[in-house]
Amino acid sequence: MDDQLKDVTTDETISRRTLLTGAAGALGAAVAAGLPLMAGGQGAQAAAAAAPVMPADPTKLQGAPTSAVGSRSTFIKPSRTPVGETVGNSLTPLQDLTGAITPSDLHFERHHAGIPLIDPSRHSLLIHGLVATPLMLSYDELRRFPQVTRTYFIECSGNSRAAYRDPKPDMTPQKVAGLVSNTEWTGVPLKALLDEAGAKREARWMLAEGGDACLMTRSIPMEKAWDDALVVWAQNGEPLRPEQGFPLRLLLPGWEGNASVKWLRRLELGMRPWMTRWETSKYTDPLPDGTARQFSFDIDAKSVITAPAFPQSITRGWWPITGLAWTGRGRITSVEVSADNGKSWEPAVIHEPNLTKASVRFTHMWEWDGRETVLLSRATDETGYVQPTRTELVKVRGIGTDFHFNPIVGWKVQRDGRVVFHGET
Amino acid sequence: MRRAWLLPLALAIVGCSRDTGSSSTPGSVTPESVTAGEPVRHYGLGRAATAAEVTARDIDVGPDGEGLPAGSGSVQQGEALYKLKCAMCHGPSGAGMPPAFPAIIGRDPKAEGFAFARDPKLTRTIGNYWPNATTVFDYVRRAMPLLQPGSLTNDDVYALTAYLLAANDVVPRTTTLDAASLSQVKMPYAGKFVTDNRRGGREVK
Repeated sequence: MDDQLKDVTTDETISRRTLLTGAAGALGAAVAAGLPLMAGGQGAQAAAAAAPVMPADPTKLQGAPTSAVGSRSTFIKPSRTPVGETVGNSLTPLQDLTGAITPSDLHFERHHAGIPLIDPSRHSLLIHGLVATPLMLSYDELRRFPQVTRTYFIECSGNSRAAYRDPKPDMTPQKVAGLVSNTEWTGVPLKALLDEAGAKREARWMLAEGGDACLMTRSIPMEKAWDDALVVWAQNGEPLRPEQGFPLRLLLPGWEGNASVKWLRRLELGMRPWMTRWETSKYTDPLPDGTARQFSFDIDAKSVITAPAFPQSITRGWWPITGLAWTGRGRITSVEVSADNGKSWEPAVIHEPNLTKASVRFTHMWEWDGRETVLLSRATDETGYVQPTRTELVKVRGIGTDFHFNPIVGWKVQRDGRVVFHGET
Repeated sequence: MRRAWLLPLALAIVGCSRDTGSSSTPGSVTPESVTAGEPVRHYGLGRAATAAEVTARDIDVGPDGEGLPAGSGSVQQGEALYKLKCAMCHGPSGAGMPPAFPAIIGRDPKAEGFAFARDPKLTRTIGNYWPNATTVFDYVRRAMPLLQPGSLTNDDVYALTAYLLAANDVVPRTTTLDAASLSQVKMPYAGKFVTDNRRGGREVK
């Protein structure tokens, strides 16, 4: 029976023959037609509707068959939001995730001209400007260079703008800080490509250009290009997803996401920045002294509690306060949690591995006694930088500043157990 | 025996993969982990790009005007193009429909003085925020109009740049722009942009 089942699912010829041989043949027909293996099997779905047939006792009948690509439990439905944006973004459902790694299909998106459909066999990366030889590299050739696999967060520097400027009780972790994700990337150190092209050491800036419909361009200091920059083609063990830059993406660890140009097709080395629209009109930080900070790439240390959080309700007793922390300046050295609106702080447990320029998961066990309170988290990084309150940040940046929002935020636990966002720290 | 036969063939293939100008010496390198400070290595991958291939992609314009193409366009021509190609999203007055379609024209006296950090309601436009006129040309050429990017001629882009700068009170309405004149345009608030001075540590900046 087992052998026959294997045959019908893997070999069309055998499957046809088996079709004629009784009970096993019926199974083969069901598989071939894409219907549930057995009506009423675990997770089986009616042909037309998506509603699963729930068994009264899952231990009393056979489960669902194998499948080409896995899917989440029908009970688990995380989703990015909003959807349908071409010039816009979708945010990661931080409240639905555990650990530090973001599933690839839930990594936040930010597109300036939609997601291009690129055939990798027709895609190439041009490296030119201050190089010995203008170099054209195909997708296949790029993947023959020495490669590294590293875990890094990417945060859009517009993350948390709404929570900073106009905090509201009904904001979820996704709404508060969902433009950050953390995944494993595989690619070639940019240094290897610069060496291959014979990059001239006098070059000071590099223009990175994407192959989307706005030909996204950012000027990158060569110090970063020679340091830890990567050109990546894979994320979490598989080729990049189109919304993350398939087939190639620049990856600048710890820097604002926009600089990690997706659908990378060109790198030009030069002596000064190009002052593109995305490093002048956008991604600059107006300051209260009447200036605007430019090329502010580094992501300052930040943390957010992802549970308990709106729209949860809790009851008295023990709860893990859990969340994420990250810094573009190396490692997070501590995350503190306050369960009394900042009057006292206790160190949270940082889950291993604690990697440079990668998000860490933290947890802190807490017993709720039924009184109204505010839960806060505060990250410190290896440079000694301590995540500021919103009041401190507004003082130095202004309420109208436009990017790089990393204030301490938290959640008010009401007497009725309902949890709402608390942004005015 | 088999390995000895394969090696020269493999090297010959690698050696052919680069057209010209490479300092690569296939076979002389030891591919290992690449870290800063190690000697330069070449793997003989890729090929020399042709001049035509570089030209086709290299459309960027620098703040000094480097990369500006031949051609020219007037404010008047730009105004006509704006109505035809841009007003549907950015509005007849350039006020836009934020956030999807940003404001691009406007010199509201209340928004003058670069006080954007103190008041999030102030609207940033090309005239009261952008530090470089060349950015207008570069961006319009590479990304606009939204539904037909790359469809404008260089003359069109000069004309639209001239119109947008004039509508923002940066250049007179009689202006015709070309590579030389656009390179000379100074934006009102160019001096307001400062380099990032955050370095981590205790101080919040």
